[in-house]
Formats: sequence, C-alpha cells, structure tokens
Amino acid sequence: MPTPAPSAARFLSRYAHVLSMGIQNTLVYRTNFLFRAAFGLVPLAATLFLWQAIYADKPAGSPIGAYTLAQMVSYYLLVTVVDAITAVAEDDWQIAADIKDGAVSQFLLKPLDYLTYRLCLYLSGRVIYTSVALIPVAFFLFFQREFLVAPAGPLTWVLMPLSLLMAALLQFLIAYTVALLSFWVMDVSTFIFIQFAFEFLASGHLFPLDILPESLHRLLLWTPYPYLLYFPVGVYLGRIQGPDLWQGFCLQAAWVVAAFLIARFTWSRGLRKYTAVGG
Amino acid sequence: MRHRLPSLSRYAGIYGALIRYSLIHEMQFKVNFLLWIVVEALWFGLQLAFMTVLYGHTDQIAGWSRWEVVLLVGCNQFIQQLFHMLFVTNLSNLSELIRKGTLDLLLLQPVNTRFLISVKKFEIGNIANALMGLAVVFYALAQLGRAPSPAQWVGFIVVCLAGLSVHYSLMFLLACVSFWTVRAQGIVWGYYNLFNIARLPAEAFPKGAYRAVFTWVLPMLLVSNVPAKLLAQRLASPWEWAALLLMAAACFIASEWVWRFSLRHYTSASA
Repeated sequence: MPTPAPSAARFLSRYAHVLSMGIQNTLVYRTNFLFRAAFGLVPLAATLFLWQAIYADKPAGSPIGAYTLAQMVSYYLLVTVVDAITAVAEDDWQIAADIKDGAVSQFLLKPLDYLTYRLCLYLSGRVIYTSVALIPVAFFLFFQREFLVAPAGPLTWVLMPLSLLMAALLQFLIAYTVALLSFWVMDVSTFIFIQFAFEFLASGHLFPLDILPESLHRLLLWTPYPYLLYFPVGVYLGRIQGPDLWQGFCLQAAWVVAAFLIARFTWSRGLRKYTAVGG
Repeated sequence: MRHRLPSLSRYAGIYGALIRYSLIHEMQFKVNFLLWIVVEALWFGLQLAFMTVLYGHTDQIAGWSRWEVVLLVGCNQFIQQLFHMLFVTNLSNLSELIRKGTLDLLLLQPVNTRFLISVKKFEIGNIANALMGLAVVFYALAQLGRAPSPAQWVGFIVVCLAGLSVHYSLMFLLACVSFWTVRAQGIVWGYYNLFNIARLPAEAFPKGAYRAVFTWVLPMLLVSNVPAKLLAQRLASPWEWAALLLMAAACFIASEWVWRFSLRHYTSASA
C-alpha cells in the first residue's frame, strides 16, 4: 500500500488517497450491495403491508400513537433511506479480521491513524453502497411516492444533514469499538449480533419509538441508539420540535464525543493486549 | 452421484459420526457456544417484543389475535432453529467449498455428495433455541385455551418437516448460484430477509403479486403459517396444508434439478 511522501502538510491528501482506494476496493462488492439492498426491500414491503392491515381494522383516519397510516409509511421509507446512507456493511468484520491476521501491525509503523483510516474506508463504502442501493430503493420509493413527504421546513435542510452526519459518525464508532473486542475474544461476531439486536429495537428500525409508552420512549432517548435512525428521521419529518429538538442535538453530539473517547480508550487498551501474528 | 445403493443404516452411521465430530469441535469453544444461544434468544425476544408493541395498539391483525400471532412466531422460531441446527451453516459454506476447490474432495467420497454438503456440521446449540420456540408455542396454546389432539400433533410434526424441507430446498437452490459467481455470500445472506416474512400472518398481505409469489413461488407465507393455524385450529380448509406439502415437494424437486445441472457445469478451482 504505497503512501504519498509523508510531509506534515500532506495529512489531508494522505487520507484522500485512502478514500479513493476504499472506493476502488468496495466497487468489487457492488453486485453484493445490489442484492443486499434489493433483498432488504422484501421485509420492508412486508412491514408496510402489516401496518396497512392494522390500520384497516381501525375506524378510517384514526391514528396509532401520533401516526396516521401515511405518516407511518413515510417513517419507514425514511428509515430505509437513512439506513442505506449510514449502515455499516463490511467494516466491523474487516476490522476484526485486521486484528486477527495481524494486519494492524503496519499501522503502528506507518504515519496513518487506524481510526481515521477506517473512517475513510467507511465513508467510501457508504458512497458506493448508497449509489448502488439508490437503484432498488428509488424504484420502491417511486411506487410509494404518495407517502414521500418533503422536509418539514427550510431549517430542516440544515438540520437534517447535520443529524445525518452525526448519525453516521456514531454508527461507525459503535461498530468500530465492538469490532475492537477482537483484541480480547476469539470470535467477535456474537458481540456484533448482540449489539445489533439492541440497535435494531432501540434505534427505531422496527417501529417508531414514540408509539411506545411515554416513559419507555423517554428512557430510550438517553441511550445512543435513537440518534442512529429515529432522531434524524424525526428531524426530517418535523416530528421532533422545540426543546426536544435542541435537547436531541445536544445528546446526539454528546454521544458522538463519548463514542469517540470510548473508541480511543478501547484501542489503546487493546494494543496492550495485542500480540502481532506473522511478520 | 450414486456410487452405491444408499442404505439407510449406513447413512445413519455416517450422520452419527458427523454429529459426534461436531459436538467435540463445539465443546472446544464453550463460551462462544453459549453466546450464540444468547444471540438467537435475543433476536427471538425482539420478534416477540415487536408483536407486543403492535398489539398494544390493536386487538387483532387480519383476524389474528395476540396469542395466535405469538403462536405463529413460536412455530416459526421452532422451524427456523431446526433449520439452523441441520443445514444453514453447511449451505452457507458451499460457496467456500467451491472457491477453495474442497468440493473435489467431497465429490470423490463414496457417499452422496449432496448429503455430505448438507449435513456435515451439526449445530447442537440451536436445539436450545428450538425448544424456546416450542415453549412459546405451548404457552400461547394455553393462553388460547386450545388443547390439540394427538392426531393434530402428528399433523403438526408433518407440516413442520414440510416447512423445514422448503427452507432447505430454497436455500440450497440459492447456494448453487455460487457455481457461477465466486462471491455468492450476498445471495445467501439475502435468504435471511425472506425468513423474516415467514413469521407474519399470511392474511395481512392483500391478494396480489406479493402474496402470490411468497405462497406459490417462494412459499414463505406457508412454512410457519400452516403449522400455527393447524395448532390454533383455524385452518380454513385441508387445502392449506396440502398446499404446503405440495410446495415442499416441488421445491425439493427443483433444487435437485438445479444441483445436477450445476454439477455438470462444475469446473474445479483446485489444481
């Protein structure tokens, strides 16, 4: 892996190089990504049918929680879009493999920071995944276009990208930290799946969190998970307003910083345990 | 690939040895073994939690009451975990066997190759998760106040086996794609998404292309629905379980046909 001549001012161009390398490498997975995105629409359609069946049994127009059927459908459509943009695809498995194979050794010798390096690869992976997933997702959205709503207001055009960016960072940092457990355990996949189970429920992937009892919903908002999906989607739909909005942004930022510190701490602790295998 | 007449006792002996080997292998990593049971139990809990949330807002979904849906989720878990125990690891591994050329070695064994590929590794831990599914089935039946007759239990076992066979045949069929593309993991992974719809009540889907495809092409809406309806005594007609048995046979024949076709096109990757 050739790196450009390392002068202090070349910091950015060095990582730009990693970024473009990541894009080239993930292009190999494009068919895989396409299948993944297309197959992912099967359970999404099933969930939408299920909600339609539930609403059909109610008197016409009566909401569930604070959601009409149209609002419920647009919630799930936006979750799909945000998920396509931010979800980790192969990153955690690759990080675990890097540790197991001893590939992280080279980062201890090179002027590359492993976290920043992985972040660049994650971002390039997201660029490819999002552009590939756009084909099936756009096709699906077209059929559901009556439920697709415009951003809630002019301010949303600023707030939504901001919360999306922080969601992506948080998503990456959580996956990164869980994968670092490979320093201590043989097979990290169990931990990845356990973490993912909590994420699936508490991020709002399965259902919008505000159809839960109020106290449970409030409690979940203190965990990092809602800031991965539920919060950015809520910001876009304009469902999160006033003090809740600002409190949400503060908590999201706080979790990003906390996740970053935990990731750094785990990495330095892990290196102490690390014994390089191979040359 | 039939070198000899397959004698049942010979295959039972081979399977016994494979199970013993898998057990010894598994017991080397005891903590990991227990953690996988936890992982599967968590995801099962997640499915039940989802249904609990839904029924917090409604009394019935497409004519299914809360405990009928719990029964359905339990049946689905039971079948799915049996499938994991017997086949999933092995079928996911087919693309690796082809990529590395290990398949050659298996083709030379004096045993039916499809049999070896399908059952090589036995995942003992999933028994615990299958039993959790069964426990939920019993609990839901008690809540519904239903006590199925012995004949119904026999029928339940038969339709569960048919459902298992559908999952096996379809995933085997998908895994055969790796004879043509090297990276077939994405396709096998895709099967997990199909799984997800098997635990939903079929009646929730409007009559149309989606429901037709997942009943008559990829019969996901039959595999768990029919066993659950049988126990809940709400099968509309005997045609429902007949449809499952029919589709199980059709899927198996299709998978055997694709398997033979794929083998004829197999060019080894090894030297």
